[in-house]
Amino acid sequence: MRYLPLTDSDRRAMLAAIGATDVDELFRDVPAAARLAEALPLPRHQGEMEVERAFTRMAGKNLSAGCAPFFIGAGIYRHHVPAAVDQLLLRGEFLTAYTPYQPEVSQGTLQALFEFQTQVAMITGMDVANASMYDGATAAAEAAVMACRVTKRARVILSGSLHPHYAETTETSLRYTEMTAERLPPDPLGFEDLLGRVDSRTACVVVQNPGFFGGVRDLRLLAATCHEAGALLVVMVAEPTSLGLFESPGAMGADIVVCEGQSLGVGMNFGGPGLGLFATRDKYVRQMPGRLVGQTVDVDGKRGWVLTLSTREQHIRREKATSNICTNSGLCALAFSMHLTMLGGSGLARLAELNHAMAVKLEQKLAAVKGLKVLAQSYYNEFAVHLGDGADAALLVDKLADQGILAGVPASRFYPTWPELAPVLILAATETNTEDDMDRLVAGLKEALS
Amino acid sequence: MSETTTFSGNRGLQIEEKLIFEMGNEGCSGVDLPEPGPVDLDRMGGLAKRGSSGLPDLSEPQVVRHYTRLSQKNYGIDTGFYPLGSCTMKHNPRLSEKVARLPGLADLHPLQPQKTVQGALEVMDSLAHWLKELTGMPAVAMSPAAGAHGEWCGLMAIRTAHEEKGEGHRRRVLVPESAHGTNPASAAMCGFTVDPIPAKENGRVDLDALKAKLGPDVAGLMLTNPNTCGLFESEIIEIAAAIHGAGGYFYCDGANFNAIVGRVKIADLGIDCMHINLHKTFATPHGGGGPGAGPTVLSAALAPFAPVPYVVHGKGGFELVEDAREGAKPFGRVKGFHGQFGVFVRALAYIASMGADGLRQASSDAVLNANYLQARLGDMLTPSFDGPCMHEALFDDRFLKDTGVTTLDFAKALIDEGYHPMTMYFPLVVHGALLMEPTETESKEAIDQFIDVVRSLALRAKAGAADEFKASPRFTPRRRLDETLAARTPVLRWKA
Repeated sequence: MRYLPLTDSDRRAMLAAIGATDVDELFRDVPAAARLAEALPLPRHQGEMEVERAFTRMAGKNLSAGCAPFFIGAGIYRHHVPAAVDQLLLRGEFLTAYTPYQPEVSQGTLQALFEFQTQVAMITGMDVANASMYDGATAAAEAAVMACRVTKRARVILSGSLHPHYAETTETSLRYTEMTAERLPPDPLGFEDLLGRVDSRTACVVVQNPGFFGGVRDLRLLAATCHEAGALLVVMVAEPTSLGLFESPGAMGADIVVCEGQSLGVGMNFGGPGLGLFATRDKYVRQMPGRLVGQTVDVDGKRGWVLTLSTREQHIRREKATSNICTNSGLCALAFSMHLTMLGGSGLARLAELNHAMAVKLEQKLAAVKGLKVLAQSYYNEFAVHLGDGADAALLVDKLADQGILAGVPASRFYPTWPELAPVLILAATETNTEDDMDRLVAGLKEALS
Repeated sequence: MSETTTFSGNRGLQIEEKLIFEMGNEGCSGVDLPEPGPVDLDRMGGLAKRGSSGLPDLSEPQVVRHYTRLSQKNYGIDTGFYPLGSCTMKHNPRLSEKVARLPGLADLHPLQPQKTVQGALEVMDSLAHWLKELTGMPAVAMSPAAGAHGEWCGLMAIRTAHEEKGEGHRRRVLVPESAHGTNPASAAMCGFTVDPIPAKENGRVDLDALKAKLGPDVAGLMLTNPNTCGLFESEIIEIAAAIHGAGGYFYCDGANFNAIVGRVKIADLGIDCMHINLHKTFATPHGGGGPGAGPTVLSAALAPFAPVPYVVHGKGGFELVEDAREGAKPFGRVKGFHGQFGVFVRALAYIASMGADGLRQASSDAVLNANYLQARLGDMLTPSFDGPCMHEALFDDRFLKDTGVTTLDFAKALIDEGYHPMTMYFPLVVHGALLMEPTETESKEAIDQFIDVVRSLALRAKAGAADEFKASPRFTPRRRLDETLAARTPVLRWKA
């Protein structure tokens, strides 16, 4: 077996050194009744060829995004990842390294994460960012918990603009705690009144920008209202490439910014792993969850990096820790950072302009579809459309999939019990789309809706 | 210029590397994109960005060189032996990386119509099937993103099961003193209080002490098995009976499942739920700190409360269930989308490669390697417990008594010898712990070399070379770093 270096003669020699007759003797502490005498009746080992063939077969049963006009977003976005990113990620010193607890042999990971933290702080407009969380949903939940810790209050308001998975994950996280979540209904038109809900018991408002239905909004008044009431404003960014074009949440007054970082470097991978970004103000840094890399010097006075402020974390504080998180999303953070370094400031701005331009072009082309209405006035690279009364977006998506078109996400997939959302379809366009893709989508929509 | 310094500060292949923010030329980019045309301000809501983000501009060759140089300051399993107890740093097969990059698996969106992702659902279902068969458990929650997340998921199921029975008053969870820090932290997130239970002289749970702590407010027990001292809990069946008898559930921390795969089904031990760290047991890369994946197997009693989503076999193929169905009472959702799919692909490729016979051989070799290490070092170092260990060997620092060398110094000296240090000062129940886990992917030759190095270091320590140990490591890109300074005056980002 190709991953196991020991030979039978090695095993015999080692058993002799131990003073055991066979390996079963080493398992003698296992209760006799629970010991398995032989391998389970499951498939036996296989060579690379056989395994690769099986995976190629399973991959062949999927319609991959590159083989279809593709307009799906809703929390995971398809972007072109530069070739160098994946080549660099495969370097064994990154791929097969442990968490950088031993800084002398981990300066590569540590410096890269310090750069990552800086990049995240810069694009979100915040002071400081951690070394990542699992994904956007768990980052949002952690932000709500942190806001309660900071304000010593227990009421969390979840905007209807928040991705339903983020809202549900936050609700689950609070379920058996003193904290409560007030979740507002879906808000495709951006009409919800958040200002009127903030009071002296509110720990935070969690709002997503651009929202789940694509709309962008000015958060400055909401930030001011939160601050007046002693509450925090948590801003979720599900599509961080938007930060190359739109005003950052930090500039609009956010206290905590969380993002799903998947759209840079990570790829889609059927939705996981994701990458949670988590940024805040300096004054709250000791309340943050997750690992942090800090700058220091070594005994020779040279600049270097270490994991720091770990007295917040579970391996020191145990049940009093700010979170139970241990493993985060290290390699995805590295991928994000590499992609952002490849883009640079001007590249990120251009990528964002291009995404916005593609969405604007899509809106223009959709004008040819009778009865279809775009719901958001302002958006980044995604918007919701209403297909007309009585239309069923889920059926339409299903029909177009048969023609090899991946035509967005029906809102009913997330809100099956909201009949008024049945005609709502969420469409995303990125730099990976072509005009031809859009024409095929529009033609498909016209035919299906006629 | 002295012998040990150079004009550039570089030392041959060790090249000093600036931060990206200290390099670059404005206007450069490593990515060529089409001309976007003028921005349509009508669709911007008056929210166009003002000012620059401050990100540096670099070309592709600069970026490639930057990260290549950074990588050369890292140790990985590909570099050498990584005897990191409790963390299981084993070889990461490259076939797993290759198949995870097939466009038919990587370039898939989680919200595509289910009929267009039947192969992806098959991957999830196949992995779930293996995990259930290997543990003997009837159900598995696939979505937890890492071990600690799986712990929380299991405890949420336990809490919900009690609530459903009208026993929501059960809020106390018993956790051994030797547990990973994530255990008490996860319990606290479910609104539980943590009650520590002591260990016996032989490193196992004190069953009598545990029984004395049982009561009508006990929700359950969290126990790592094999435990964090690298020992199998020999009275585990009695432990399970005691906790069940008191109306509690038995959570097993599966961090060390890699020692027993194919040799024990955990269902036969009376366990109600256990997370599985796919990177430890099924060889997916640690990646410098994630991403992990922590699927959590559940007993019949806890299965109805499993979080959404999950895959079932439907009439027309695989179905992904995203909302509660008849009979099920999911406690909620634990993350976005469907779990760490990219990690699932890698783990399944490893499992398919190893097969049932290979997985059993891997556990056997892991335990053999650890016992060999313990036997060959036992006369020079001080093993904490008698008898065979499982996949890792635990030593305390008695062998360093009066040498002036600490466990930390000893570990740092190993770095100069070309090794990643062993786990130090964990578990907390052993003084100055040195926890060594060779894993099954090390050859006898590699282990023999490591043993020779450790023995020579122990002799040097005993011979009075404390100063040398204190000065180590000497040959790394950076020597010991000032962690106190980092914490006292935190510098957590670059600033112009």
